[in-house]
This record gives sequence, C-alpha cells and structure tokens, in this order.
Amino acid sequence: MAQKHIIGQAESRWDAIAKVKGQANYTGDFPIKNLLHGKILHATIAHGYVTSYDISEAEKVPGVLKILLPEDLPQIKYSTAGHPWNLEPKKRDIEDRTMLTRHVRVYGDDIGAVIAKTPLAAKQALSKIKVTYDTYPVYLTPKQAMALDAKRIHEERDNVIASTAVGFGDVNQGLDEADFVLHRQLHTPVQLHAHLENQVATAFQSEDQRYTCISSTQIPHICRRIVAQANGLPWSLVRVKKPFIGGGFGNKQDVTIEPLAVAMSKAMGGKPVQINLTREESLAYTRTRHAIDYDVKLGVKKDGTITALDMQVLSNQGGYASHGHAIGGKGGTFINALYKMNSLNYGAKTVYTNIATAGAMRGYGMPQVIFALECVIDDAADKIGMDPIEFRLKNHQPDGFYNELSHTKQQDFRIGDCLKQGPEAFKWQAKVQQAKAFNQLQGPTRRGVGIAAFSFGTATYPFGLETSGARLILLPDGSFKLMVGATEIGQGADTALSQMAADTLGVPFESIIRDAITDTDTDPFDTGAYASRQTYIAGYAIRDAAEKMRKMIIQRAAATFDIRGEFMDIVDGNIVSVSDGDLITTVKDMAQASYFDWQTAKTMVAESSVNIHNNSYASGCTLAEVEVDLQTGKIKLLSLMNVHDSGKIINPLLAAGQVEGGMAMSAGYGLNEGLVYDELGRPMNNNLLDYKLPTTMDLPDLDEIFVETKDPLGPYGNKALGENPTCSPAPAIRNAVKNAVGVGIDTIPLTPESVYDALQAAKAPKGVS
Amino acid sequence: MKHEINFTLNGEAVTCAVDIRKSLLEMLRDDFELTGTKEGCGVGECGACSVIIDGRTVDSCIYLAVWADGKAITTIEGIAQSDGQLAPIQAAFIEAGAVQCGFCIPGMVLASDQLLKDHAQLSRAEIRRGLSGNMCRCTGYQKIIDAVQLADAKRQADPKTVVLPHFKIEQ
Amino acid sequence: MYDITDYHEATSLAEVFKLAAADPKARIVAGGTDTLVKSWAEVPAFTGIALIGITRIPELQGIVCQEDGTLIIGALNTFVTIEHDPLIQKYTPLLSQAVSLVGGPQTRHMGTIGGNICNAGPAADSAPALFTYNTTCEIQGPDGVKNVPIADFYRGPGQTILKPGEVLTRFKIKAGDYQDFHGHYTKFARRNALDIANLSCAALVKVQGEQIRDLRLCFGAAGPTPLRMPVAESYAKGKPLTDATLAQIGQLCLQDTHDITDWRDTKAFRDHLVTVLPGRDITAALRGA
Ligand SMILES: Cc1cc2nc3c(=O)[nH]c(=O)nc-3n(C[C@H](O)[C@H](O)[C@H](O)COP(=O)(O)OP(=O)(O)OC[C@H]3O[C@@H](n4cnc5c(N)ncnc54)[C@H](O)[C@@H]3O)c2cc1C
Ligand code: FES
Ligand code: FES
Repeated sequence: MAQKHIIGQAESRWDAIAKVKGQANYTGDFPIKNLLHGKILHATIAHGYVTSYDISEAEKVPGVLKILLPEDLPQIKYSTAGHPWNLEPKKRDIEDRTMLTRHVRVYGDDIGAVIAKTPLAAKQALSKIKVTYDTYPVYLTPKQAMALDAKRIHEERDNVIASTAVGFGDVNQGLDEADFVLHRQLHTPVQLHAHLENQVATAFQSEDQRYTCISSTQIPHICRRIVAQANGLPWSLVRVKKPFIGGGFGNKQDVTIEPLAVAMSKAMGGKPVQINLTREESLAYTRTRHAIDYDVKLGVKKDGTITALDMQVLSNQGGYASHGHAIGGKGGTFINALYKMNSLNYGAKTVYTNIATAGAMRGYGMPQVIFALECVIDDAADKIGMDPIEFRLKNHQPDGFYNELSHTKQQDFRIGDCLKQGPEAFKWQAKVQQAKAFNQLQGPTRRGVGIAAFSFGTATYPFGLETSGARLILLPDGSFKLMVGATEIGQGADTALSQMAADTLGVPFESIIRDAITDTDTDPFDTGAYASRQTYIAGYAIRDAAEKMRKMIIQRAAATFDIRGEFMDIVDGNIVSVSDGDLITTVKDMAQASYFDWQTAKTMVAESSVNIHNNSYASGCTLAEVEVDLQTGKIKLLSLMNVHDSGKIINPLLAAGQVEGGMAMSAGYGLNEGLVYDELGRPMNNNLLDYKLPTTMDLPDLDEIFVETKDPLGPYGNKALGENPTCSPAPAIRNAVKNAVGVGIDTIPLTPESVYDALQAAKAPKGVS
Repeated sequence: MKHEINFTLNGEAVTCAVDIRKSLLEMLRDDFELTGTKEGCGVGECGACSVIIDGRTVDSCIYLAVWADGKAITTIEGIAQSDGQLAPIQAAFIEAGAVQCGFCIPGMVLASDQLLKDHAQLSRAEIRRGLSGNMCRCTGYQKIIDAVQLADAKRQADPKTVVLPHFKIEQ
Repeated sequence: MYDITDYHEATSLAEVFKLAAADPKARIVAGGTDTLVKSWAEVPAFTGIALIGITRIPELQGIVCQEDGTLIIGALNTFVTIEHDPLIQKYTPLLSQAVSLVGGPQTRHMGTIGGNICNAGPAADSAPALFTYNTTCEIQGPDGVKNVPIADFYRGPGQTILKPGEVLTRFKIKAGDYQDFHGHYTKFARRNALDIANLSCAALVKVQGEQIRDLRLCFGAAGPTPLRMPVAESYAKGKPLTDATLAQIGQLCLQDTHDITDWRDTKAFRDHLVTVLPGRDITAALRGA
C-alpha cells in the first residue's frame, strides 16, 4: 500500500484561517487588565554624554507614574544578539550595553524611560524631559571611526571590534599571473527589516511571582536568558511567550525592548507594562542590515580562469556590537563555496560607528558579499568578452566539493543545474535579442538582462551551536500535539514542521495540532528562528520524536493484536499489514486504549533533542530584466526570476511565498532602500513614506523555479531556503542595468540620481574630473 | 472628553461614548475589542489598519473615532458570511498561499474585497493599483495579487457569487 | 490618541466662524490626512488644540460647470471623487491625472483637494495642475467672501494667506483657462505609489498646427511653493514644436526654479530634471491630443 506523502505537498498553512479572519492574536492583541504603557526617551544626539536630566515638568503630566533614568536600573552589561549562550566567555557576543545609558553612542540611544497610564501621557512626558549633553565627534563610517585621532565609542574597546582574514593560495602571485585585474570599490546601504508589526513586548509579574514577557520575538528561549541577564535575575524567573508575530527578518533576533519591559514592570511592583515601539522608533532605533564597503581585486585570465580574489571588507557596526563580526566576517567560506579560484584572501574588519546598531537581517551578511562578488564576477566576464552565464558555468564549484574553509563537503550542490535551467525558464536568449532590438530604436530608455549567483549555508554549524527539541503527545482521538521551541514567525515553519511529523508518523496533516504560542516554560528548547535553520535543525528533532512515537504506537498494536511490529505500518492514520495493506487497527483506537484501557492505559509522549554537526550548502541564482531611462536614471524592473537549489521542497506553496518575499526585499535593496543620515548622525527617512520598501506598483510579477533534489543530509532531504532568496536579486538587477546602459554601478541602491550620475561620468572624457 | 456616537459596525447598530482624542483604530481595538485591525505605522502609510467605511477603504489610524458617527463600518471580523463561513476573498487568500506573517492580511483582505466590489472585472495592473496603499514585507505581493485574481475568476465562473459593483462616484 | 483638546463637527460655514471666533487656536480639519499625521508627530501648531471638522458642510461639496463654462470644485472633494468626476475628466483632465497619483487608495479616499492646497506643501500633487489652470480660490470668512488667484494663496512652505476661521470653500477654473489646452503631469518619485514627489511638473499647452500658442508650466518641489515658469512660458509662445524648442523651454525653467539639495536629491540632479520634464510633459500632453 502506497504511503501518502505529506512532504512536498502544498498544504495550506494551519494558521491561515485565523489570519484571514483577523482572529490571530499578536502581542499587542491580548487583553490585559490595568495595562501600563512604557516609552523610551531617545537621545537627540548621535555621540556624547548626558550631563543632566530635568524631569520636573514631565512628572507633572497627568497619568505619568514613573520616570526611569539609567541610574535607576541595573548596570549589568549584556549583549542583545540572539545567539546561543556560549560556555566559553571568550567566545560570547560582546557585552557592551545596559538597558539605559548616559553615554550616547547612536542617535536615538535609550537614555531614559517613562511609565504612564496611557501612551499619550507617556509621549507628552517624553517631550517635557529636558536633557543636556556633552557632545563628541560623530563617526558615520568605519573609515572615520578608524582615524588615528578618533575617540573610542566604547572606552574598553577599540573601535575596530574584530579583524579577521581567511583564504588560501598566494593572492599577489595570482594577481600577477592574471591577464586582467579588476579593482572595484563597492558599497551597500543600511537596509531596514521593516516588518509590518513593530517591536512590542508586555511584561508582568505572574501568580508564581516570576516575570512573564509576551513578546514579538524570533528567539523566545534566548530572549528569556537575555532578559534575565540584563535584569540580574535567575534565568528561571523569566518566562517568555511568543504569540503570532508580524514579521521579524532578523530584527527580532535581537532582544531589544524585552529587558526594559521587565525592568519597568519590576519598577511598578509587577504591574503589567507594555512597550510598543512606533514605526519611527522601530525603523531607526532597533537593528539594521550592516552597510559594508568592499575593496575588491579580481585576477582573471583570458580563458576565464580566476587567478585571485582579494576582498577587503569594512563592516559598519553602528553603536553597539550586537551580532558584530559574525556578519562582516562571514563571506570567505561562501565565495569559496561558489567559485573555483587559485587564491583567495578575504579580510574583514567590523567597526563601531555612531549610526544605528546593525544586527541580523535575512541573509546575515550574504546579500552584501554576494552583491560585491557578483558585480565583480560579471564585470570580469565582460572584460574577457565571455558570456556571463558561461563564465559562471566555467567557474562554479562542482557537486561534492570539499570546502576546506568550513570543513564541509558540499553534497548535492546544484549551482550548475540552476545556471542551466534558470536561463532557459527565464527565456534569457530571447530577452537578450528583444533588448537588442529595443535598444536599436534609440528611444529614451534602454533594456538589459542580468544574472547573479549565490551559495548559502543551512544553519550555523560549524560556527554556532545547533540544538533543537521536539515533543509529540498522542491525544485521545488519535491526533497529536506537536510542541517545538522552533519559532513560527510568518515563514510557515509550523506548517512545514507539522508536515514532517505527519509524514513520519503516517497520519494525515490535519492530525497534527500546533500551538499559536511558543512558551519557554512548556516548549522544548530550540534557539529560534534564524540562519534558515528551523526546517533543517528542528526537522531532525521532529523526525526523531515522530519515529519514537510511531514505534510506541506500533508496539501497542503489536501487543494488542499479537502481530510482530515489523509486519505493521501506519498509513494515513491506519495501522495496516505491510504485506497486503489490510487494516489491523487505527491510530485512533490505539490512542483511546492508551488513555482508557483498564489494564494497559498509559499515555504516549515522545521527546527528542538533537545537536546537529553538519551543514548542507544551498545555492541558486537570479535573472533580471530592466529598462533604464537614460535622461532621468529611473529603472523599471521588467521581470525577475529566482532559481533555487534547496534540496527537497517541503511545501511548494510556502516555499514560493518565501522566495517571492525575499526577492521583493532584495529588489528593494538594489533599487530603493536605505536609511540615510545627515552629518550629525540623525536618521532622515525613518518612516514608511520616506523609507522606500516596494509597494504593489513597484514590482513586476515574481517568478521562481526549484532545482529540486534530495539533500543527503537534510532530515527530509531539505536544506536552507528562508534567507537565500535575498542574496542575488540586487546584483542581478545591477548587472542588468549594466547590460542595458554599459555602465556597472557599484553602490546600491541604484537611485535615479546615482544612475544618472554614473551615466554622465561614463560620458565625460577620461582624465577630466 | 467624550462624544456619544452612533454607527453601524459589521452590520450592527452600535452606540459608543468615545474619547474624542481616539483614532477609529483605537476605538475599534480598545472599546470594541476588535483587534483584527492592526497598527503598522499610525500615520496612514502602511494600510495595516484598513477598514471599510461606507464602501471605501480607509486607514483607520488617521480617522478620528468621532467621525464614525452615522457611518457603516466593516472590519475584518465582519466580512465572513453570517454562518461563519469564510468570505470568498478570505478563501482565495488561503488557497493562493497569500498569507505569511499575517500582519498586513486583515487590511489586505478588506482592501481586496472592496476592490472586487468596486469593479466587475479586474486586471493585474488594476489589482496592483487598488492594493497600493497596503504594504506587505513578507510576500512580495505575488500571491496576494494571485488571490484577488482567483476570487475574481471564481465569481466570473459562478454567477451566483457575483457581487455587483455598488461603488458610485459622487456627483 | 491624538494630543487634541476638543472636537467640533461643524454643519455650516456660519458654525465654523462661530467656533473659530470662540477659540482662535482651533484648527480646521477636512480629511485629516495631513492634520492628524502632524498632530501625531507633535508638530506644535497641531497639538494641544481643538479641531473643527468641516466634512459635513454641504456648501463645500460638489463639482459643477456654470453656464459661462466656469468649473467650480468644492474644497471638500476627495482625490478619488476628482479623479473620476466626469466634468473634471472632460474639462480639466490634467487635474484628474495629477490627483490619481496621490499616495495610495486610502489617502485618495480621505484626502481632499482643499486640504492639499491649504496644507501648502511644496510637493502637493494637485497644486501644479491648479496653478496651470489659473485657478481662483474662493475663501469665506466671518467678514465675507474673497477670491484669490492660487498663486497668491501661498505665503511659503506650509503657509497660506488664510486667517484663523477662514475656510477655503471652492476652486474656480474659467473656460478660457482649460478650453483647447492639453495637459500632462509628471510626478517624479522613487516609488509608483505611496510617495511624495521629489520633483513634479505640470504642463498645459495649446497648439496650432505645429506651433505652440500657449504654454503653462508649474513645478512642485522646486522651491518653497509650487512655481509657475514665466520665462519659459513667454519664450514658448509662437515657437515651433521642435526638440530644440522643448530643450530650450527646459533650460529656461532654471531661471524660475529654486532647487535645493536635501537627503532625497541634490540640487544638481533636480536642476537636470527641471530641464527634462517640461519637454516630456508637453510631448505626452500632445500625444493624448
Ligand atoms: C500616506 C500619505 C500619503 C500621502 N501622499 C500624498 C501625495 O502623494 N501627494 C500629495 O499631494 N499629498 C499626499 N499626502 C498628503 C495629504 O493626503 C494631502 O495633502 C491631502 O490633500 C490633505 O487633505 P485633507 O483633507 O486630508 O487635509 P487635512 O489634513 O484635513 O488638512 C490639511 C490642512 O489644511 C487645512 N484645511 C483643510 N481643508 C481646509 C479648508 N477647506 N479651508 C481651510 N483650511 C483647510 C487644515 O487646517 C490643515 O492645516 C499624503 C498623506 C499621507 C498620510
Ligand atoms: S497603521 Fe494605519 S496606515 Fe499604517
Ligand atoms: S504577510 Fe507579513 S506583512 Fe504581509
């Protein structure tokens, strides 16, 4: 009898009904009696020291209950980065912040807080607090902060918080041997996550005298630890509950407001206090994607051999370390994962500055490095007169390549298939011809096509700890409660994980019951939603638990019916005979017996916890077609397609949705997005009208294909997909623009002004500046 | 300061003494506990707070609560059929895979529903324009637009479910 | 919650005047899409004040064409109404096109044309069209009715000649200001929806054969207020419709624009666009002719 496969089916997300009905509760939706409201006093300078506060007028605002200054709260330094705790102190994230500070390191730094009966009263009080500052010089870029006379942004540490180099071979020799050396400076902007739900957290003392924090977090278990550390509490005195969350994209992988929410509740004797950031706060004062400057030299031979790649990286960390060098330092391994070259030198520095603290954002450094890499790779193909796809086909790493920089064998690495199947599906050749014909008309616009490739790891091994737990409880009617610490943040993890459990158990998808809330008190441990890890790492845990549960059910059936377990299988909720498929009993009957049989009742729970020491490398590419207005520099994106080698696709509908969302985010990155500062370090565009994330009218239809295989390591043949889609669209668009107008632009976003300026510069006679 | 107002909320006549400082969004969420309407920006930029007022999609965050007086307001809680069955547009969102984190979805569903009511037939370009006041960071809009097209196609195929356009331009 | 002290729903202009006399600090609110945003952002003149709602005043509604061909547009018409109004589409399609580009559908459902002009933002999308139509603003106050050319209505960014209690009631466009004209508006913004113009340009042109008989140009976001282009406009009269003429028109616009550098764009780039957009608008206007 054929097993009905649930892996690979386009099941609807289990939470979709609640969401279209407006029934899904997010953190701000829970009715909480006598809720108080906390607001943060943000610094109005980017670097300096608060010399005095005058709160006398603010205290008079009716409804204001308490005003907190840095001295009123614990001065314990902690890190907000959502990484697993490290037992080795040296390997921990840099602990460089307190909940409130007088020492201002970024514009909007948290220098005080107000608790009031209404948000309006809190807001009115904030505007009445008078603050005086000593101001220090403001450093917006790594270069400024690295100047010899630059002041330390954190006294205890140099502004360069880390400096690393990885690679192989002799880059100087490689550059000497090259027929051509391309030397480029590339720049990526401060991108913002712009999740639709702002950060929000509600904290209160629960009946057991501990603190509960309901929060829109990607990392409930880590959040609990950081809240406790910042407040000097034993970890177990904090309980974190994560309900539905309105997007995170990495921003909620930092524990930004939760420690303060708990501190506020403590200050109010345990009364419930909510911090609900405004859009402006969320955009400017939480975390960002690191802006990174690249200085790249690439040596290439006429036959297309890459002799050397030297990439020097300056990563703009902003005022606090957060995820720090983990992002800027990442890259070398994945360059090596993608292309063959004779030598590589990837040197990276991460530098404190006075702009908003950069943290994790979808792709975790890869969109930046892939942008830099794929611009230069494309230009190298042009330089030697080779087709850009052919150049990549010639140089990509083969399936089975052993990556010595990450000690990982890249099994089932299908970049070659992506580079072949993608252009075909995109009708690349036809589009090239159409663009040529279009451009011959000599109208005001030009068309072009572009490609960019990427590689991507699954989860963080061998750099980070990868653990996850799962629990399955057989319910009396034969359905299963699935409990995981892995976090649903909108990406559909819960649905994919339920499909896995159902598939291994041999029961219908509908038999798996998930919970809208992840609760650190009751759910198994998992580090959370990041690094495209959850379907991979939690997948192993679920498979283990489901196999255990399956075994228990079969054992019960074996005992009940006196048939050897190996002769039985579970198919679609029925326990059948392996040989002829005849029905023996049902999971439901076994469940009933496990609860109520006079003699044998014993309920079934299967637990698992895994520690995973492997990584599967994914890959893919993007193809883009654009039209560029020569007179205004305006770019119109005509078509965009992503191609993904992500192993087995657990749920094609959800996977396509992930890919399209990532493509839109990266198209915005390439074309329009970026937080802009004035020379004093004040953010200029931290609202949704001025921060240009794409609307429905700014995107073409988005296309994707999957080069589907079965990864030999992934628990269900799957590997990373969540972040991958954000890696290559921006450089593909840049390369398409170059194809259209003949000028490669090395700074994104490609605003009309920057495109126009580049066109003018290319026209200007050489040597005249 | 409170004003007493009367209006129709999801088909039901209601009365409310509302703080004049409140937005419609705050009144719906606080006074009526209709938390399906979300706040993404508070200043009319994202559309997460969209509701339907007298047949028009409006951002409830920049709409004073007192303005509701005399109006008919539909929120996301009010569009399912009276027996609780999903409205066709809600079903289409699910079928097309248009839902991810879901935070933009109540506003999207309402804006889409109204868009369908306003047009006997819709092109993709018209859908894009009609939903251009609703931001989504998760989906790239692809499957949301698919969902509206799907709902449109279904009503064309099944005349029983055709919702006649009732949008009249005021003269 | 908005930081306001009271709210009055006026049902007639007389009531507005009375309320305003009693509380001179009170502010009129129409669709609220500027007022409430500013109040929320704690702009001082928009907080700690009472609001007077005017959307239920009948005198401020309606779009009619008088017997002499004058088009009368009530200040409280929303962008959606204006975009789709048959009279507007027939006589002043440039205005319909311009307001179709405002914000998103939600903004267009609530935002009014009166509010757009009274808010006096340099980038307001309805303004360049109204300027090129030589629109007259009718203002009513406790002391009676005034008619003011729209170019004289502005005092600076965010500032108009309105005194407390005065209401902008209607816009009037004379037949001679729209008959035989063709128009086109370019909103140069980074997004195709939900965006504010980095620069905008409305062109209204009348031709005879291949000759320009009359040209009116107005830029938004090229100075503290919307700006007409007298130098380019007078140059254009009687000139042949050639690429050279269009290029020269663009160049001459630089004599009347006052571009600045801000975080959105540099002055140099805006100046460049100033030279490009008029020619494009004229061409597009005549393509539709
Ligand atoms: C998300 C968003 C996007 C936007 N996009 C655009 C855009 O693309 N283009 C654009 O031009 N604008 C845009 N706006 C701004 C705004 O929508 C418009 O300016 C709108 O026309 C304002 O009209 P209103 O009726 O809402 O004005 P209100 O906010 O009610 O009033 C604005 C000002 O005018 C005064 N006022 C209003 N009516 C009168 C009257 N009849 N007599 C005297 N005084 C009066 C008020 O006191 C106030 O000072 C946008 C706004 C938002 C929130
Ligand atoms: S919350 Fe109302 S538009 Fe964003
Ligand atoms: S589904 Fe998350 S914002 Fe739209």
